[in-house]
Amino acid sequence: MQSRRAGMNVMTPYVYVLPCVILLGVFVYIPLVANFYYSAFSFSALSPTKSFVGLQNYKTLVSDPVVGTALINNIWYCIISVAIQVLLALVIASLLEDKLFSKISTVLRTTYFLPVLISMTVVALLFSFVYHPKIGLINAALKFFGMKNPPAWTGDPKTAIFSAIIMSQWHSTGYTTMLFIVAIQGISEDLYEAAEIDGANRLQRFWHITVPQVREMMFVTMVTTVTGAFLVFNDVYILTQGGPGNASTTLAVYMYRNAFNLDKMGYASTIAVVMLIICMALAIIQNTAFRSGKGD
Amino acid sequence: MSQAVISKNEAEKTIKRHNTLPEDRMTPGMAVALVFLILYFLLIAYPLFWLISNSLKTYKEIYKNIWALPANPQWMNYVNAWNHGISRYFLNSVLVTLSTIALTIFSAALGSYALARFRFRGNQLIFMMCMGGMMLSPQVTLIPLYQIIRALHIHDTYLAMIIPYTAYRIPMMVMLIRSSFLTIPKEMEESASLDGCSDFRIFWQIFLPMSKPILLTCCILIAYYAWNEFLFAIIFINSEKFKTIPTGLMNLRDALQTDWGTLLAGMTISAMPLIILFFCMQKHFIRGMTAGAVKG
Repeated sequence: MQSRRAGMNVMTPYVYVLPCVILLGVFVYIPLVANFYYSAFSFSALSPTKSFVGLQNYKTLVSDPVVGTALINNIWYCIISVAIQVLLALVIASLLEDKLFSKISTVLRTTYFLPVLISMTVVALLFSFVYHPKIGLINAALKFFGMKNPPAWTGDPKTAIFSAIIMSQWHSTGYTTMLFIVAIQGISEDLYEAAEIDGANRLQRFWHITVPQVREMMFVTMVTTVTGAFLVFNDVYILTQGGPGNASTTLAVYMYRNAFNLDKMGYASTIAVVMLIICMALAIIQNTAFRSGKGD
Repeated sequence: MSQAVISKNEAEKTIKRHNTLPEDRMTPGMAVALVFLILYFLLIAYPLFWLISNSLKTYKEIYKNIWALPANPQWMNYVNAWNHGISRYFLNSVLVTLSTIALTIFSAALGSYALARFRFRGNQLIFMMCMGGMMLSPQVTLIPLYQIIRALHIHDTYLAMIIPYTAYRIPMMVMLIRSSFLTIPKEMEESASLDGCSDFRIFWQIFLPMSKPILLTCCILIAYYAWNEFLFAIIFINSEKFKTIPTGLMNLRDALQTDWGTLLAGMTISAMPLIILFFCMQKHFIRGMTAGAVKG
């Protein structure tokens, strides 16, 4: 890297980075900072003035029962997604990489990956047919097997959020599975061969070779899955709009509703601040856990 | 693990004698795993197959028996879907996706060039902006971003999608392109600049051509993102004529009421481009998504 050549203008590098800096500054960093500022005001989208309310939005938020519902839904989203998109996906990936299944693994992993390529709108519209209470695929099957009153899925406050969560697993598990497959393919064959000679069975090889070797990828998928679960918007918004009532709302959907349906922009910003804090805190916790576990 | 490594030499001696290790044979546990993998395969493949087969049915056929195959394939469903708005959404998606790719690659490559080649005041800051930007999700900056888009009078235009898409893709693309630029030998640019090449020509005629693989990867990643993006598209666009596929399909669902066959045909058309792209460039796709995940 050279600092300066004869005739080179000091300003040259700044010209090159200008588009990036303007775009990142105006559309990423200014909004990020402004969001904190906005959370101290009460205003509507089109009004020219904002009225300062201090911490009032935060006080409202703490006692808002819908925020509680949303948070619980996000937590369910997180727990189930980690179980399936991190833990189960790792098991699936290591099965697909097993010599025993080498003949069918290409077809399987390509199929598993297909939903990842499809936009959430298409997936959610497809699942509205799967979950349709009367004619839907699931209930048609349940009725066929003699169930009289199958659940209403997206129409029932108790099952709505889980309908969205299951759909989300259907959509995204192939992605993390693919990431784990790439990670497992990077592990040296020698390790497995040596373990086999030592008489280690599949489970032992999985536990003592695969898991430690893909630790880094586990950390990556863990962080993205957890963050994604606390920011989830598309899946829920398209499938249930957060309903019935607010039963399946998440923080992001509730933020959207406050901003663009109820026109409470300040309160929506406050919810965004909470989302940011949750995600940052969880990322820091995971990062610390990952690093402290590195020694062994 | 250390045990496994120690016994490696020993293993190499014995490995020739064990061409078929007992572990390569089917065990009851692996039979269960196989059943599980096939069930998972059906769970993904059947809904996709259902989508295509039902897109060829009439409303009555779908309502009467959701599981049945089309008696008389209704190819007109595809023509109707195309004429009912999909054509417009499709072209908008193509336009927005291509513009986003062009603008993102342009800004990110220029920025990466400055970061990789020059040492200047503030380069660390810009690098940090990109690192941090990868972790920021649009959900947490949405409200101020909406205000900025309105203030710039680009609300409800193509730019309301293209510019924010670009801004939120730049960080990851800078990280990817910069690390590729850093591998270009310094001798190449030194001899070029001795020959009197301008900085821009070095960028255009050496750095860009030598980074073709990573640029292709970036294009795929951006296309994947822009084609499916929903959050900005639903908030920043109101007019029918600017809607892209993910938001347009929501309209189509409302407009078509119970014309399910046509809706399913529209969904199939919408999903095809990325699936075709995936099958054409599977290696690049997977490499890109892995690089994107690990960098992110």
